[in-house]
Amino acid sequence: MIEVRNLRKSFKDGDSITEVLKGIDFIAQNGEFIAIMGRSGAGKSTFLYQMSLLDEPTSGEILIDEKDTHLMTVNEKTSFRLSELGYVFQDYALLPEMNALENVALPLLMKGLSEKHAYEKATDALTKVGLGKRLGNLPSKLSGGEQQRVSIARAIAHEPKILFADEPTANLDNESSRIVMEIFRDLHKGGQTIIMVTHEVEYSKFAERIVHLDDGKITSIDKN
Amino acid sequence: MAKRQIRRSNPWTTVLIVFVMFFTFLNLVVVSGVLIGIIQGAVDAVRTHYTSDVIISTLNNKTYIENSPEVINVVKSLPQVEAMSARYLEGGTLEANYKTRSNEKEKPNTSAASITGIDPVAEENVTNLSKFIIEGEYLSALDYDQVMIGAYLTKKYLPIDSPGFSTLDNIKPGVKIRINVHGVEREVTIKGIIKAKVDEVSMRVFMVDSQLRSIIGRNDYNVDEISIKLKPGTDPVLVRDILKRNGVDKVAKVQTYEDAQPKFIKDMIDTFALLGNLLSSIGLVVASITIFIVIFINAITRRKFIGILKGIGIHERAIEISYIMQSFFYALCGSIIGIIVLYAFLQPAVAAHPIDFPFSDGILVAPVSGTLLRVGLLMVTTIIAGFIPARLVVRKNTLDSILGRN
Repeated sequence: MIEVRNLRKSFKDGDSITEVLKGIDFIAQNGEFIAIMGRSGAGKSTFLYQMSLLDEPTSGEILIDEKDTHLMTVNEKTSFRLSELGYVFQDYALLPEMNALENVALPLLMKGLSEKHAYEKATDALTKVGLGKRLGNLPSKLSGGEQQRVSIARAIAHEPKILFADEPTANLDNESSRIVMEIFRDLHKGGQTIIMVTHEVEYSKFAERIVHLDDGKITSIDKN
Repeated sequence: MAKRQIRRSNPWTTVLIVFVMFFTFLNLVVVSGVLIGIIQGAVDAVRTHYTSDVIISTLNNKTYIENSPEVINVVKSLPQVEAMSARYLEGGTLEANYKTRSNEKEKPNTSAASITGIDPVAEENVTNLSKFIIEGEYLSALDYDQVMIGAYLTKKYLPIDSPGFSTLDNIKPGVKIRINVHGVEREVTIKGIIKAKVDEVSMRVFMVDSQLRSIIGRNDYNVDEISIKLKPGTDPVLVRDILKRNGVDKVAKVQTYEDAQPKFIKDMIDTFALLGNLLSSIGLVVASITIFIVIFINAITRRKFIGILKGIGIHERAIEISYIMQSFFYALCGSIIGIIVLYAFLQPAVAAHPIDFPFSDGILVAPVSGTLLRVGLLMVTTIIAGFIPARLVVRKNTLDSILGRN
């Protein structure tokens, strides 16, 4: 479970301070698939970055499985991200010099798994997203949709508690987007908690709940 | 990560960086090695062509080595001795062109020189003197009234004319000159001209010992110098000490080739070593800047990926270590290639064909211990130079790196 209490985030630019998140309270249960929607500049990506511990909130609390992340050191947060969280970025964020298998295996190796075990798990994850036959391909030899699937495989290979996705279909064509969303749906069916930012209504329908954000505040939460 | 980055990076970039590290290694080792080698070449030449491994010479307050035959017998009895050459030395003057002098007022063409009486065969066995004959022939034991003259006593090979120092003109094999030792004058024929980068060879006149003995009237067979060549692997210090224990030091100075080196030679070796180290340090700085720039550019262009790595939970230290490993790889490759080139090609080549400096045949002095020390220095420097830029980039805010924000 992830619980957000009075979350605020502001950015300083010279003398001016821009408040992007203005006191958000929110709870996501384990196994939920949540879509965060809102117009551009509403603060949805910033909200995701705070929850996923990629950024430091200005104030407020984020509890993941009742652990107060505010109390964690930088290194503890890094370790927590490595073991408990998974990320799918809009632009895939794959390491260009590593092939698909190596990209997926890297966090597993860093987690301390043996090379054999890490590569086995990475192969399983890539097979799960339909890339079992593209293990040795470099990102440059994969289509955008395939790269995003590698990114998903990397995010789920270590079986994270929560999978965060920041507009995962933004750079993909319809067919690739559909494949990616079907993978998310299957993951969710398997019990994976997913929190996804999207601006596409069509894909928000894959989620159980849709959180609408505007001007740094949650305006409504809809159920599908 | 480092392995992947190197393997998948542009091979020409990798080759270029390794090339820079290779030249940095050579700069570190070869520059100081050549500088020391200039002096070491001179030291080696003096050892090979003059003092040999151990030299016995006159005490400061004596004009010759007393009881020389006994001393020679002691030397000959030592099993470590391979060969020895006893020499007679007397100061004298040389005069050339006296037959073409038109009148008594014309300044005679004279030169002061050390006249050295040698047993040509024994001398050859110790110093291989015949190798340095540049004109004419080497002396034989029966050559009477014949001499070999050092090239630096001739105008042809030392065309300078300074106050207090003059050389002989029109000197070539077959030409007659006068030798005057203690008022005894002999006319002798030049049999050969000898030149080495050791003044004790190039500024002396050599004649058969029996003739010099008769000129100076030394019938007691007391000599002035004994050069001793030892069997390979023998420590000169050991033989020196044996000779001292046998009382030779009571009648003569007993020195190893190192003992006999003038202090200024030792000072020069230290000075050149210092100069070499200074120049090497500059090379080291250049190498570290190169690595710094390479790693900095690499890290800054990969800032987004570094951010992603941090984002997915890779610790900063692991990312920094990957960059350190890259730097280490470049330095290691450069050093390994450098070591191979140095010991397989450069050093043997310079040993076979020494660098022809005016006063020595320069060699390349690169002891393994010193080379390894420099390799270590290069490694440490490049590791630091790789770590700093990696640290600068890695410590930036994770999200800013991922999003490309400044």
